[in-house]
Amino acid sequence: MKHNSENWLLKVEGLTKIYGTANANSIEKTGPLYDSNICPETNAIVACADINFELFPGEVLGIVGESGSGKSTIVKMLYFDMEHADGSVFFNKEPYIGKNILKESNQSKRAIRNHLMGMVYQNPRDGLNFKFTSGGNIAEKLIMAGNYHVGTIRDKATNLLEKTEVPVLRLDDLPAHFSGGMQQRVQISKAIANHPPLLFLDEVTTGLDVSVQAKVLDLIRELQQELGIAMIVVSHDLSVIRMLTDRTLVMKNGRIVEQGLTDQILQDPQHPYTQLLVSSIL
Amino acid sequence: MHPLLAIKHLNKTFTMHILQGKIIEALVDVNFEVAKGEIIGLTGKSGSGKSSLMKCIYRTYLSDGGNINYHSNDGIVDLVALNDFEILHLRKTEINYCSQFLSVIPRVTALQVVAQPLLKKGIESVIANEKAMYILNSLGLPEALWSGFPVTFSGGEQQRINVARAIIDPPKLLLIDEPTASLDPTTKDVVIEMLLGLKKQGTTIVCISHDDYTLDHLVNRRIHLEKGIIIN
Repeated sequence: MKHNSENWLLKVEGLTKIYGTANANSIEKTGPLYDSNICPETNAIVACADINFELFPGEVLGIVGESGSGKSTIVKMLYFDMEHADGSVFFNKEPYIGKNILKESNQSKRAIRNHLMGMVYQNPRDGLNFKFTSGGNIAEKLIMAGNYHVGTIRDKATNLLEKTEVPVLRLDDLPAHFSGGMQQRVQISKAIANHPPLLFLDEVTTGLDVSVQAKVLDLIRELQQELGIAMIVVSHDLSVIRMLTDRTLVMKNGRIVEQGLTDQILQDPQHPYTQLLVSSIL
Repeated sequence: MHPLLAIKHLNKTFTMHILQGKIIEALVDVNFEVAKGEIIGLTGKSGSGKSSLMKCIYRTYLSDGGNINYHSNDGIVDLVALNDFEILHLRKTEINYCSQFLSVIPRVTALQVVAQPLLKKGIESVIANEKAMYILNSLGLPEALWSGFPVTFSGGEQQRINVARAIIDPPKLLLIDEPTASLDPTTKDVVIEMLLGLKKQGTTIVCISHDDYTLDHLVNRRIHLEKGIIIN
């Protein structure tokens, strides 16, 4: 598909999140230049500021950076997990075209989440309800997206578990009784149950052992190729970024310090921090 | 007629921030043109800037000034100035880069690796696999390896998979780094034949090689680099 400036799926402009009381200098006196995201005058924490990027349909965008650089903050704001963000986010889907979705009503935000987005968290406990069975978790998302027929829901849940290679026999088991890798695959099933055009993946392989990590990554890659979902992949693991993404944003102290094609970021990094990051690959 | 590729005053430097801002000059005022359907051989010692030049064309490296005018299906564009989305589009549709070493996604079989470019274009897997098998067979890769994982293969076997993947879906411009290194003479001839076959179909090729036999039998013209400067 040909990209031009008009056919983006998501456009983020000036996205900013500050904890505490900021003053006029809070943004100016924080960031990579100061190697800090704490305002020296008010102690406000600038979790991220002036974030601008576009995401195209079916594109996989990576966000890398050290812990505390603000990468998770971005996806949490985009998924409305975090309130009171400044800036604008435009989602190029009816009926939201031309509207800043951050300013929509809570009801509209829920509708956007339920119909247009999916999220996979690092910790399965954030994405799954551990009191529900794996099937029940997937059903929850399906119901929110407007499916009410029990038979249909069960069929869809079964299909999703098959797709993500979770034994269908365990449809009625609690996620607490699953291994970490399997919990993550149930979480992915739940996240894509509503066929969203946009999926967020926040450190989804962190904490899994290598072979399980590999299976989860394979699954994500296959789903991306098969369903053409646009994804934002947050990871501090550059091999995950290399394997999954076309373009990458590099973050430090709440700012984007560099963005570009993933192979360019990894082979010809421009910013001192990116050079340090790339030269730290084992 | 416009050349397919016209490189003008191309410079590339690396600023190594972690080495106190040390600057390395990789390419200095590089100028040349490549006609459509031509095969250009890039030669020069290791470190002379051959791969840097190729990576600047593919935009894995960001150039520091100059132009790389490329005659795309949509007209003449400057690969130095295009935005990332436009570059990704060209990579998907017109320009292919085949590195010296196979870098593929783990846990994907040899056959899938080769068939992937066709599958991504939406070609049916039966047809894509057939074509992949045909190419692997011509390159003499034992059938027993087709369902194996290339990570575990020898250098020469990986090399053949790399070449097969690069040529299964002939691009308009192919950038290929050392296609015949670590191959035996017979396989070398097969690869040369295949690349000449692509040329007949209209593909323009820029090829890095240290091997005189390959250069003699494959390229129309050589461009020799020394310390980032073209010496002819």
